Amino acid sequence: MPQRWGVPFVAWPQRLRPSYWDGVALPLVIGAIVLIGWASRQMNVPYRPGEALPISLDPALLPEYGLRTVLRMVLALVVSLVFSLAYAAAAAKSRRLEKLLVPILDVLQSVPILGFLSITVTGFVALFPGSLLGYECAAIFAIFTSQAWNMTFSLYQSFSSVPYDLREAARMYHLSAWQSFWQLEVPFAMPQLVWNMMMSVSGGWFFVVASEAISVAGNTVLLPGIGSYISVAIDQRDLHAVLYAILAMLVLILGYDQLLFRPLLAWSQRFKLGEINEEEVEAPWFLVMLQRAHIFRLVSFAADGIASAVSRLTRSGRAGARERRAMPPWCRAVLNRVWVGALGAAALGALYYIYLFVRVEVGWSEVGYVVFLGALTLVRVFTLIVLAALIWVPIGVWIGLRPPLAHKVQPWIQFLAAFPANLFFPIAVSAIVALRLNPEIWLSPLMILGTQWYILFNVIAGMLAVPNDYQLVAGNLGVRRWLWWRRLVLPAIFPAFVTGAITASGGSWNASIVSEIVKWGDTTLTAHGIGAYIAVETEKGDFPRLALGITVLCLYVLVFNRLVWRRLYNLAEERLRLD
Amino acid sequence: MRNLTSPLPQRLIAASSITKTYQTPDHSGRLVIDHIDFALAEGEIVAILGKSGSGKSTFLRILAGLTPPSSGVVEYRGRTVNSPAQGIAMVFQTFALFPWLTVLGNVELGLEAQGVARAERRQRAIAAIDLIGLDGFESAYPKELSGGMRQRVGFARALVVNPDVLLLDEPFSALDVLTAETLRGDIIDLWSAHRIPTRGIIIVSHNIEEAVELADRIIVFGSDPATIRADIPVPIARPRDWSSAAFRRIVDEVYTLLTTVPGHEGGKRGPRGETIEIGYRLPDASIQQLAGLLEALVAPPYNGRADVPQLADSEHVSTEDMVVLLETLQLLGFATVGGGDIEATPAGRTFAAADLLHRKQIFAEHIRRSVPLVAHIRKVLDERPGHAAPEARFLAELEDHLSEEEAQRVLETVINWGRYAELFAYDYDSGVLSLENP
Repeated sequence: MPQRWGVPFVAWPQRLRPSYWDGVALPLVIGAIVLIGWASRQMNVPYRPGEALPISLDPALLPEYGLRTVLRMVLALVVSLVFSLAYAAAAAKSRRLEKLLVPILDVLQSVPILGFLSITVTGFVALFPGSLLGYECAAIFAIFTSQAWNMTFSLYQSFSSVPYDLREAARMYHLSAWQSFWQLEVPFAMPQLVWNMMMSVSGGWFFVVASEAISVAGNTVLLPGIGSYISVAIDQRDLHAVLYAILAMLVLILGYDQLLFRPLLAWSQRFKLGEINEEEVEAPWFLVMLQRAHIFRLVSFAADGIASAVSRLTRSGRAGARERRAMPPWCRAVLNRVWVGALGAAALGALYYIYLFVRVEVGWSEVGYVVFLGALTLVRVFTLIVLAALIWVPIGVWIGLRPPLAHKVQPWIQFLAAFPANLFFPIAVSAIVALRLNPEIWLSPLMILGTQWYILFNVIAGMLAVPNDYQLVAGNLGVRRWLWWRRLVLPAIFPAFVTGAITASGGSWNASIVSEIVKWGDTTLTAHGIGAYIAVETEKGDFPRLALGITVLCLYVLVFNRLVWRRLYNLAEERLRLD
Repeated sequence: MRNLTSPLPQRLIAASSITKTYQTPDHSGRLVIDHIDFALAEGEIVAILGKSGSGKSTFLRILAGLTPPSSGVVEYRGRTVNSPAQGIAMVFQTFALFPWLTVLGNVELGLEAQGVARAERRQRAIAAIDLIGLDGFESAYPKELSGGMRQRVGFARALVVNPDVLLLDEPFSALDVLTAETLRGDIIDLWSAHRIPTRGIIIVSHNIEEAVELADRIIVFGSDPATIRADIPVPIARPRDWSSAAFRRIVDEVYTLLTTVPGHEGGKRGPRGETIEIGYRLPDASIQQLAGLLEALVAPPYNGRADVPQLADSEHVSTEDMVVLLETLQLLGFATVGGGDIEATPAGRTFAAADLLHRKQIFAEHIRRSVPLVAHIRKVLDERPGHAAPEARFLAELEDHLSEEEAQRVLETVINWGRYAELFAYDYDSGVLSLENP
């Protein structure tokens, strides 16, 4: 009998008897509450621009910095979750909103994340004058932007694909809209959401490191955290401190993985519609503790009570809600036209405004130059994806052919993907400086340092999914070497590879902002490209040029996605799916 | 729930002049249900039978308040039904259980939505679980259960809200024969012994025997658009014996109704190929099954003439498949059906006796003559300079008559037949039909 998760159906007295796990759980809970309280108080300390926040390279302070960094991550994740639930629900429920919200999300997804930081920080600082809270908010917002879009898309897709019969059952048994949302739609979306959250948080580590050292108009504000620690270490050319930071990050990510995502992932399995795959069902120790320790049962019991109280409240409001649909068809058609017209007018207006802005503020020659820089970065991204594919596809296939090895390796690759590659930049840069290499070429690999793992990860997963029969048939027919690759392996892993490459390419565009211009003490290495352009303009605080750079980068990503990835993806979906 | 001060009304559900029109891409609207009047009396089980895609499930959803009718009114105990009404419960073909809830959680769902207190909820749910024979499985998740057990959960979920009317949407068709029989028996026992408060049941089915076993009255739907073709009372005492003469007579009658077009019930008119149009909802019969059935029909002991249910039984063909096969055989002029019997035509006999290549020729000849869509495709391909045309073109033509899904299904069927007959070729990647021989 496999271990079943969730709140078991048990009677009260047993619920109250303490278990051994309580001995571990109680101090953990209290400790966590105290720590969160302390760290969040630190966020709102008085601060005046120009003041230097002392960041010490003393490794003893790293736990404190790590805690601050983690707190930012947690807050950003919570905000992302709330945002994506609301946004996806709105987009999935209303045809009219869908027309606006989905394309917006598509564009937001291609805006470089550090671009958001540069643009919004002034606003946040103005919101909380004289306090560090503004900067904290800007950093959290940057992390939020690295997670939210992904999660929202996943939720939107899930919400719009809830099986029709389950929807009908929910209506037939009189669930209110609120009840169906929490009892049907959210549970249905859960496995995808958790998986996406994990992927998003992996990306988030990169940006928390990059966004803790915020420069506004020549001023650099260092928010206490691992990212700032490493930026100070770079300034002082302290390789030891860099290594300490890497070590601290290792512990943090491991903790996040063990305490949050392993349990979540295992727990979310029960929301899957199909049969349970026994291999996926390994109870992580932390989840077991959560389920065995009785204090957590009390918590979930209380949560259950609150939920049913809320749903009772919403029931009373339900009667009126059903009457709404009596709008005549012609009226709806007119309303739709008006809505589409309004959207079109707004888009035209915005376009005209951008045109004016460019003509007055920067000039067309600058635009041409930035487009050229974008092309340089495009060449880099493209070349790197090809190189990464040449390296990782054979390795991934080799690993994928050995399932026991693959299952051991997969969590580590996920871990590598989560590890913020920018922590390794100083090491690479000191090497480039020492060996006098050409930065135009040798800075490029940094872009894909953190994102190449997605290719490997997906190729392994794709290879694992190929039915063993195919292998046997190929062996039986004597299909070998190049023919084996061409007829069996490459078509079989293609869909998985495309998914991985899309993620890797998106990540590389984002990383270009921090990897095309890199510092080591007072040495600055620059590779020409749109990322370096954006980074330089951010530092100077030249808002029009910054906006131009971000817009052009955005366009590149959008066009590249449409012309290359979308097509490959469709091809994979149509032709090469295994089922 | 029930108004006890006034006398009980005779009719639980009354639907008058129900129509349903779906919007087509060119805004012309496609009629799927055409002015159906229907009533469910107290103490009655009514079965609705029809070919797949005949609109019987849509009709059930209109009665349930899940789908609004385009015109007409549904009343439940005198009140108009606009949305799912308290007192009506439904059991789904696909079970529609929430996989993240345990058996108990699924059964409690309806009560939770009604705001029933926790203790009462649990007690009633456990009672329903016991009633349906699921005790011991309260904490199991649906995915741990077999299909039959899952559908028991579906019934428990419906019964726990003490439904006045139970709507069953092909509840047994996803189950294997034996499991379906057991569950059906259990439900009918509960009903006969008045152990459930339900006063009326409507079951949608495509299984003729099942309908005859369960129902007091069988409604046969005609398709395109759905109308009531026949309303057949089943005056047989329960428990019903499948092999009794009265039972078989009704089965034969329904078979005949389902496999002939109105006015041809006598079976004297033979194939009706000349009457169908391009937008005809072609049955998606498998050619292998078709050939197999013809061979069996022509061979001893039948020697070209057989009782339909008997043939279905000996060849292990489900009634659902049988209806499809019979329609196709008649359509192509390989057999005639009448009075519950099937008879092979001379063409059918030749086909059964022919070898592989010859069969293809006969098949090609017959579909060109009897299926206007095939003739049309062939004509277009012959006339085009490159002898090729995109499938989208034919799909668009079909969508004038059929829903998107149906159009897709019909075109797939025709492509399949055309490929077998080597009348035209089809390239999956480009979606192009052509005369080329690949």
